[in-house]
Amino acid sequence: MGEAIVITSGKGGVGKTTTSANLGTALALMEKKVCLIDTDIGLRNLDVVMGLENRIIYDIIDVIIGRCALKQALIKDKRFDHLYLLPAAQTSDKSDLTTEGMEKIVAELKPEFDYIIIDCPAGIEQGYKNAVAGADKAIVVTTPEKPSVRDADRIIGLLEQEDIEPPKLIVNRIRNHMVEDGDMLEVDEIVQVLSIDLLGIVADDEQVIKASNHGEPVAFQPNTKASIAYRNIARRILGESVPLMSFEDQKGMFSRLKKLFSKSK
Amino acid sequence: MIGNKQIITIKGTREGLSLHMDDACSFEELLKELEEKLAANRIDSADQIVGVHIQLGNRYLEKEQEELLCRMITSKQRLRIESVHSEVITKQAAIEWKEEAEVKAVSRVVRSGQVLEVKGDLLLLGDVNPGGCVTATGNIFVMGNLLGIAHAGKDGNTDAVIAASYMNPTQLRIASYISRAPDHETDGVYMECGHIDDEQQKIIIDRLQAVVRKRPGISSFERRMLNG
Ligand SMILES: Nc1ncnc2c1ncn2[C@@H]1O[C@H](COP(=O)(O)OP(=O)(O)OP(=O)(O)O)[C@@H](O)[C@H]1O
Ligand SMILES: [Mg+2]
Repeated sequence: MGEAIVITSGKGGVGKTTTSANLGTALALMEKKVCLIDTDIGLRNLDVVMGLENRIIYDIIDVIIGRCALKQALIKDKRFDHLYLLPAAQTSDKSDLTTEGMEKIVAELKPEFDYIIIDCPAGIEQGYKNAVAGADKAIVVTTPEKPSVRDADRIIGLLEQEDIEPPKLIVNRIRNHMVEDGDMLEVDEIVQVLSIDLLGIVADDEQVIKASNHGEPVAFQPNTKASIAYRNIARRILGESVPLMSFEDQKGMFSRLKKLFSKSK
Repeated sequence: MIGNKQIITIKGTREGLSLHMDDACSFEELLKELEEKLAANRIDSADQIVGVHIQLGNRYLEKEQEELLCRMITSKQRLRIESVHSEVITKQAAIEWKEEAEVKAVSRVVRSGQVLEVKGDLLLLGDVNPGGCVTATGNIFVMGNLLGIAHAGKDGNTDAVIAASYMNPTQLRIASYISRAPDHETDGVYMECGHIDDEQQKIIIDRLQAVVRKRPGISSFERRMLNG
């Protein structure tokens, strides 16, 4: 029986879709059977990031209102036989997607897949509720900026009221020089405020943007900073204990020391 | 009336007039005698307004009855009601009273967009994150980081205080006073306590020990019971 994980954030544009695509890819690289679900009705993106846009015939709304069977709407990935995408609808009425509909779809997918990764829309409205409805676990994505962390906190508060495991955190788009200059929040600081477990950190890496534009998630690449980060996160999801990338640890120490010194001034 | 026992005894004190009302007779009898007493003791309209303290003994008055009584006194004479004191309260009032005086311990993180409201004092074992809000009719003690909004003495108690292990709040509110964080970023303070300073008439933050000295009643249940 598979596990359904929702990728959420509250704030828009912090990297939910990028994270969904890359974790799906990284888990597939590790021989897991994965199904991605895009729940961002009207603003679907996941198909583009995965490079599968041209294969879409049916979408999630078609499944919900019974225009097709779930199997018919699933799109097989170009690279893996065990990675699938259930795309969002681009034109249909948003209100056709309901929490019951979502729960039903996820329940139907669970016996077939190891992991079901649900890409959540921004916000805390119905779209968020639908995305969370079928999930067993949640991953909250934030960037090291105050507004993003604030919204992550809000989402964590809402997730704590759901019948799911305590959410885990990914801090995305870290730029080291900005952190060192004090222009960005530190990871330690974010984890302390949000008080949930850190699942991983992803550097701000232009390879991510290039990869998205080519419809080939960065996690495929052997050794860019971001691809290693996503594959590490996937390994942690599988239960391995992988330390945070070493440059991060040193930086953490360094800035802690810096803080101490600036206090004693 | 049986015998010559007075239903209402009036005494002059330094604080004004003290009206002792017998608690054995009916309310109607009480009003009747009050009317007579007020008519008999006219106070010259040139005199200044005199404060009145009403002692009801073991009589319980409904809200409407109390209003009626007070209205009768203030309309007939140049008198002002300072206090109405009864030895008895209803069970419901007693429960509310107890709630007001209790310390509610809560263990959680109050996150952005969440509001935690309690009656009485709040002892929070956890953080109040930016965008989160805690309120109490009494004091607020946060064993954690207070980074959001805290509102103590919500129903108007200006003696209430807000203390935290670490505080860097966006706003502190006590009764109807509000103070907000400065516009520049600050580091926050450890083991300090916000309270209303009587002279400056605003919320100030001081070391916890210093505030405890100014508010000796913080930890005493009985004192709060007597203050109501
Ligand atoms: N680690 C990263 N490094 C560089 N760019 C990134 C990174 N993560 C995401 N981006 C870029 O940020 C933009 C927004 O990412 P994405 O679409 O994944 O966010 P989202 O949270 O799904 O947005 P929405 O709320 O609109 O659904 C994209 O252009 C993406 O390429
Ligand atoms: Mg998205």
